[in-house]
Amino acid sequence: MKINIDQVLDAKGLACPMPIVKTKKAINALESGQVLEIHTTDKGAKNDLSAWAKSGGHELLKHEVENDVLKFWIKKG
Amino acid sequence: MTDKKKTTIVLFSGDYDKAMAAYIIANGAAAYDHEVTIFHTFWGLNALRKEEIISVKKGTMERMFDKMMPRGADKMGLSKMNFAGFGPKMIKDVMKKHNAMPLPQLIEMANEQDVKLVACTMTMDLLGLQQEELLDNIEYAGVAAYLADAEDGNVNLFI
Repeated sequence: MKINIDQVLDAKGLACPMPIVKTKKAINALESGQVLEIHTTDKGAKNDLSAWAKSGGHELLKHEVENDVLKFWIKKG
Repeated sequence: MTDKKKTTIVLFSGDYDKAMAAYIIANGAAAYDHEVTIFHTFWGLNALRKEEIISVKKGTMERMFDKMMPRGADKMGLSKMNFAGFGPKMIKDVMKKHNAMPLPQLIEMANEQDVKLVACTMTMDLLGLQQEELLDNIEYAGVAAYLADAEDGNVNLFI
């Protein structure tokens, strides 16, 4: 599946709660249906971002781990 | 968005680590689109103190509190392993290494995210703290205002 990415957020190196705070800001700037790609190194991000996306009505399309970087694709709801 | 959820936190503690936990949860809740209130009472008021010395009229007891309490978030001690002030230095070093945000920046971030910071006026009187000595952009209230926020809240913490 090819995902069209509207914006990329680099949250690498940031500790809790910054990845989620930055993701929220970035999502706010997008239109509904647009996709945000997030890079983070925070090990808690997988659970944090999936819970956050669900609660906010957004869709976590995909996530993967590349070396030590966790990548997420969230579609704004 | 209709009807936002609410998070309310009572920050009673004047410990750096506990205040950090409170502000991390507050910032997280704000990112969850909650309306967030932190109600500072007793030692938690010290997190709102300005660092500089503000000259206001105080009695003897109030002057003693003034000197003995930490002047601002950055001066607060740890709840464990404080080691007469050496503990906070160690933890701040470790935090820097792990890119964790120091407490003063967490408070700034909370302000940016429109977290409502409230100072309890009754305990301000007890500790002899005056509005001029506390950060700008905060609100002053008592238990009723806190309960009004908390009674229809979703998350409520006492730290």
